[in-house]
Amino acid sequence: MEKRIRVLVAKPGLDGHDRGAKVVARALRDAGFEVIYTGLRQTPEQIAEAALQEDVNVVAMSILSGAHPQLFPVVVNLIREKGMKDVLIIGGGVIPDGDIPALKEAGIAEVFTPGTPTGDIVKFINENV
Amino acid sequence: MDIAKELLAGSRLALSRAITAVENEYDEAVDIMKKLYPHTGNAYVIGITGPPGAGKSTLTDKIVKEYRRLGKTVGVIAIDPTSPFSGGAILGDRIRMNELTLDEGVFIRSMGTRGSLGGLSHKTADAVKIMDAAGKDVIIVETVGVGQSEVDIVKAADTTLVVVVPGLGDDIQAIKAGILEIADIFTINKADRDGADKLNVELEMMLDLYQDKLEWRPPIKRTVAHRNEGIAELVQTLEEYYGYLKETDKLTERRTERVKAEVLAMLEENIGRYVTRTMQSDGEFEQMVQQIQKREADPYTLVADLLKRLLK
Repeated sequence: MEKRIRVLVAKPGLDGHDRGAKVVARALRDAGFEVIYTGLRQTPEQIAEAALQEDVNVVAMSILSGAHPQLFPVVVNLIREKGMKDVLIIGGGVIPDGDIPALKEAGIAEVFTPGTPTGDIVKFINENV
Repeated sequence: MDIAKELLAGSRLALSRAITAVENEYDEAVDIMKKLYPHTGNAYVIGITGPPGAGKSTLTDKIVKEYRRLGKTVGVIAIDPTSPFSGGAILGDRIRMNELTLDEGVFIRSMGTRGSLGGLSHKTADAVKIMDAAGKDVIIVETVGVGQSEVDIVKAADTTLVVVVPGLGDDIQAIKAGILEIADIFTINKADRDGADKLNVELEMMLDLYQDKLEWRPPIKRTVAHRNEGIAELVQTLEEYYGYLKETDKLTERRTERVKAEVLAMLEENIGRYVTRTMQSDGEFEQMVQQIQKREADPYTLVADLLKRLLK
């Protein structure tokens, strides 16, 4: 059995829109990844612990509410604290270009904004895991 | 990191990594399993199976909470189907179990079937052992949504709980072979819906038909999982059945059967791998295939000869 890339698709924060997350989840499935989808309104603690229990290679977070500067870095720190140093953490959603450098500084490997072809996300994961 | 040692010392990361090693068949997996094996055999393994949408995940969530209330630690292995086309999977059982994520007495792992057809994944049994070694008192295996013939769970679990829901078919469905035969306990979930009484009668009638052969007549419970109704009674029944298994020595019997099947499967796998590896490397396998294909030899004779050679 060959290794499969496992991805946690998570929705931190309080917005209730997961159409984008579901489209991405489906695209990753079709790319041959195992996608663990945990549903809406997850706390950073829940996301980090689910990442640990599922031993994922990638955590992909989607957020539309504008809380990304607060929530994304917290998730990164919690995951690293749990000893998962090599997990690739990416983000997406409605994120202003101006916020992206700070998110990358905080440990988000890449940010995918609306209009990104799903193939780009697949390619990025394949190249960086 | 010494995964087995850290797992036995209580590391959740090690537990998680051990399951990955086994699932991906990393080289160190066998070594990890060897070290963990002496620490297994203590957990009560419950299989939960039933058709897609019957409420297995929601029911699992509630059963775990009830066991936690009773002071037990719980491991959950939740299996969802792998796409036969892309090899990918959406594993969505955690959506119903989010409240359990931060409970340190609970560990949930999602697995894709990865080509296995019996309702489990190939490595489910090993994942159960890993959670067992990690000290979980109860381990719940939630199968993929099954139809009529995915019955592998019986071999992996001490107790099989079959979840049924009203409105899926008539009484002929109930007397067909398949998942209804494997139940140790039934629960009619979504029992607040129309048709629950009728389904109950149909199941009872089905059980009446082979009453004489039943040493344990599977009780039929009723639950409405999303409202937490009937859950405490269901867990009580799960425990009663465990007591029955122990008293009657059936637990030992079942586990002996499991060991037998496991050893045989392991032998088959390893012999198969050895044969293909050695024969493919020196081209003998290809030769054999050619001979058979041209009808110069038949596969029955060649396989018998090969076996003779191997066992010398």
